[in-house]
Amino acid sequence: MKKPVIQFENYSFQYRSQTAPTLHEIDLTIYEGEKILIVGPSGSGKSTLGHCLNGLVPFSYKGEVSGSLKICGQDAKDLDIFSLSKKVGTVLQDPDGQFIGLTVAEDIAFALENDCTPQTQMFDKVAEVSKMVEMEDYLDSSLHHLSGGQKQRVSLAGVMVDDVEILLFDEPLANLDPATGKYAIELIDRIQQETNKTVVIIEHRLEDVLHCPVDRIIVVDDGRIISDMTPDELLASPVLEQCSIREPLYVKAAKYAACDITPEMKPAHLDTFQVESCKGQLVDWFTKVDSPQPREKTESVLELKEINFGYTPGKRTIHGVSFSIEKGEMVSIVGKNGAGKSTLSKLICGFEKPSSGRIYYRGQDITEDTIKERASRIGMVMQNPNQMISKQMIYDEVALGLVIRGVPEAEIKERVIKTLKICGLYPFRNWPISALSFGQKKRVTIASILVLEPEVIILDEPTAGQDFRHYTEIMEFLVKLNSQGVTIIMITHDMHLMLEYTPRAIVIAGGRKIADDSAVNVLADSTIIEKANLKETSLFELAHQAGISEPKQFVERFIAYDREVRQKWQ
Amino acid sequence: MAVEMLSYIERQSPVHRLTGVTKLICFMIWSSIAMLTYDTRVLVFLFLFSICVFIVSKVKLEEVAFVLLFILLFLMINNLAIYVFSPQEGVKIYGTSHVLFEIGGRYSITLEQLFYQLNVTLKYFTVIPAAILFIVTTNPSEFAASLNRIGVSYRISYAVALALRYIPDIQRDFRNISLSQQARGIDMSRKEKLPKRIKNAASIIIPLILSSLDKIEIISNAMELRGFGKNKKRSWYRARPFQKIDVFTLILFAFILLVSLYATFYDGNRFYNPFL
Repeated sequence: MKKPVIQFENYSFQYRSQTAPTLHEIDLTIYEGEKILIVGPSGSGKSTLGHCLNGLVPFSYKGEVSGSLKICGQDAKDLDIFSLSKKVGTVLQDPDGQFIGLTVAEDIAFALENDCTPQTQMFDKVAEVSKMVEMEDYLDSSLHHLSGGQKQRVSLAGVMVDDVEILLFDEPLANLDPATGKYAIELIDRIQQETNKTVVIIEHRLEDVLHCPVDRIIVVDDGRIISDMTPDELLASPVLEQCSIREPLYVKAAKYAACDITPEMKPAHLDTFQVESCKGQLVDWFTKVDSPQPREKTESVLELKEINFGYTPGKRTIHGVSFSIEKGEMVSIVGKNGAGKSTLSKLICGFEKPSSGRIYYRGQDITEDTIKERASRIGMVMQNPNQMISKQMIYDEVALGLVIRGVPEAEIKERVIKTLKICGLYPFRNWPISALSFGQKKRVTIASILVLEPEVIILDEPTAGQDFRHYTEIMEFLVKLNSQGVTIIMITHDMHLMLEYTPRAIVIAGGRKIADDSAVNVLADSTIIEKANLKETSLFELAHQAGISEPKQFVERFIAYDREVRQKWQ
Repeated sequence: MAVEMLSYIERQSPVHRLTGVTKLICFMIWSSIAMLTYDTRVLVFLFLFSICVFIVSKVKLEEVAFVLLFILLFLMINNLAIYVFSPQEGVKIYGTSHVLFEIGGRYSITLEQLFYQLNVTLKYFTVIPAAILFIVTTNPSEFAASLNRIGVSYRISYAVALALRYIPDIQRDFRNISLSQQARGIDMSRKEKLPKRIKNAASIIIPLILSSLDKIEIISNAMELRGFGKNKKRSWYRARPFQKIDVFTLILFAFILLVSLYATFYDGNRFYNPFL
C-alpha cells in the first residue's frame, strides 16, 4: 500500500470576491511517487486546485474553505504557506514573470537565501541542482538571454533546491515551442524517475503531456472532478469530448472513423496504440471524406523584398527575407522563440526600419511610410490584450482610433457598431472592459484594429494561453473575418493552429526564411521540423500505421472534417 | 531588445568591484557636496574627478547617451527658467554688476548672472555622471545584499533591488505599448498640440500600469511560494565582503568631503566670488 501524500476530502472553496464556490466537494487522493495530470477547460477550477496545494489558496487568495485537505499527512489548515512551500514546489505558468533573481544562479538560490543558508552551502547546492536540469554552464547568464526552455529549467531548479516532496507544474507548456515542450515533458519524466517525487501537472495540451507516461488523469469541469482514470481508460471514454478538451489527434481521427476505442488498445501513446483492429475503418473513412478545395490565386497585397535588419549595428536579426502574401490569404509565420518572427511583424508595421530591402503594399513602396500611415492598411494585434487596452468601456476602446483620426461622430458610431457586431461584442458594448474574460478582451483588441478597416491584420500568438473552446472560438472568428476579405497573418508556434487554420506557413529560423509551403508539407519535412523546433503531427504516424499511402492527404482531410464538426459548437 | 536604459551593465572594472554599499555611501557624499557648494573651484574639481571615474568604469558614453541627453535638455530648460524668473540673481549674490549687453530693464545680461548659471550647470554635471554610474555599475541583487547589511530591512532592500531590476522590463513594455498605440493613430510626436499629447500619453500609461500590476501579482506569488518573508533574516547568494578597495574608496571620499567643505565654507560663504 502506497502512502497518500495529497488527500482532498469533501473539499470546497469559494473565493471571497465570488458568489459561488469555485471548487465543489472535491475528493481526491494522490499517492507518493505518482504522476498525475489535471486537465480541464479555462475557468474549470483546475488552477484553483493547484493553488490549494501550494497554499496560495487560502493564504494569498482569500476565501472560504470547507472539508479537509491533507498534505503529507498534515492538515493544510495547520500549515502556513512557507511550510507548504517546503513540501510542494510550484513551477508557475509564465517563466518570465516568476524570475526573481537577475542571473540563473541567484534565481535558483532564492529559496535557500530565504532559509538563511550560509553562502558556501548555497554555492554547492546550486551547482548540484543546476547539473540535474542541465543548466550548470549558464549559472552567471542573465535570465533574459535564455531561451524559453532554458527558462523553464531554471524555474524547475528553483523549486528543486528545496527537496520538496511534490512538484506542481502549472501549465508548463504554455509558452514553449513544440520541440521545447516535448523536451520539458521528458525532463519532468526523468526527474521524477531519478528522485521519485510526486508530480502533479496542470495542463490542457493533453497530447503533448502524454508524450511521457502518466499514472492518472483527473478531469475537472465546473469545479468538480468529472473523472479520475488512467490515460487509456480516459481516452477510450467520451469524457474529454463532453468537457471540450482536445483529445490527441490520432485518437480523434480513430473516433471519427467510428473505431471503437477500448482501454486495451492502449491509446495513451501512439507507439503503444493498437490500430490493427480499426485499420479498415480508417481507410474507409479516408476515402469517404472530401479533401478541402485549394484556394484560388489572387493579387499580391503585401510583399517583402530582401529585408535585412539588426537591432544593434553589426548584429543582424533578419537576413534577406522575401515573401509575398496574396489578398484574402491566411498565413502563419512559425519558428522557435527568438527566431525573428516578432521582429518581422514589427518591420511590416513600421515599428522598426529595415536596414535594407523594400516592403510593398499592393505594389506600392511603403518602406518609408510612418507607423500611422501603415496602420490604416496593416493592423497589428499584440499577444497580451492588457498591453493594448486603455479605455474603461468597450465602445470607447473600439472607437479610440477613429476619434483620434477625427472621423465625424455619426460615422464613428456606425463603424464601431458594425465592428462590434462582427466581433460578437455588440451585446456587451456598454460593459466595462474589466468585466470581460481574457478571450473577450482579445476580441476587443481585434475589434479596435478592425474598426480602422485595414486590409491586413497581423496577430501575435492569437491563442496563447487559451483552452480548446476559446481557441476554436477565436480562430473561427478569424476565419470568418478572412472570408470577408481580410488578409490574416499569424505569428505562432502552435502547430495545431498552423495546421488547422492556415493553408500556408512561412518558417523562420535564425532570421532566415527556411520554408514557405503548405502547412502540411512543412510538418512533413523533418529537416524543417528540426531547424524550426516544430514537431511532427501524430496524424502522419497514424496514417502510416493504418497503411494509408497518402498521409498528407489524410491530415488535410482530417483537419477539414474536424473543423466542420467543431463549427457546430458555436 | 534595442533600448535598455539605466539597467545594470556588466563589466570588469574597479568601479564594478566596489560593493554596493560603498557606492551608495560615495554617491550620497558626492551629491551632498554638490548640493552644498557653489564654489566653482570645488565643482570643477568634482566634475573632472567624475569624468575620471567614468573612464575607469569602462562604461561607454553611447550606452548612457540617451539619458544624458534627456537630462541635458532639462538642464537647459532649468537655465532658461532661472534667467527668465531671476535675471539678476548673480548680481544679488556677488554684489557687483558687470553688464555685457543691455536688453531693457532687468533682463540685461551680466557677467555675474552668467557665472552664477555656469555654477548651476556645473552642479548638474557633477551629480549626473555619478548618479548614472551608480545605477549602471551596481548589480541590483548585490546592492540589496549590501543595503541589508548596513541595517536596512531585507524586505525593503529587496523591493529596491526589484525596482532596479524592472527598469529594463518596464522600458520594453513601454516601447511595445507606445508603438501599438501609435499604430492606432495616437500621435506622441511634436506634430500634436501639447494638451492633446498629454491626453494621448494616458493611453500608453494606463495599459502600462495594468500590465505592470499583473506582473506584480505573479512575482509576489512566486516569491511567497519560495519562502520570501519567512524568517527575520535571510542570507544572500551575491553577498560580497568589504575589501581593501572599499575601505580605501570610502576614506578617499570622506577626505574629498572634508576638503570640499573646508574650501567652500572657510570664508563663510557658499559662493566663490571672482568679482571682488
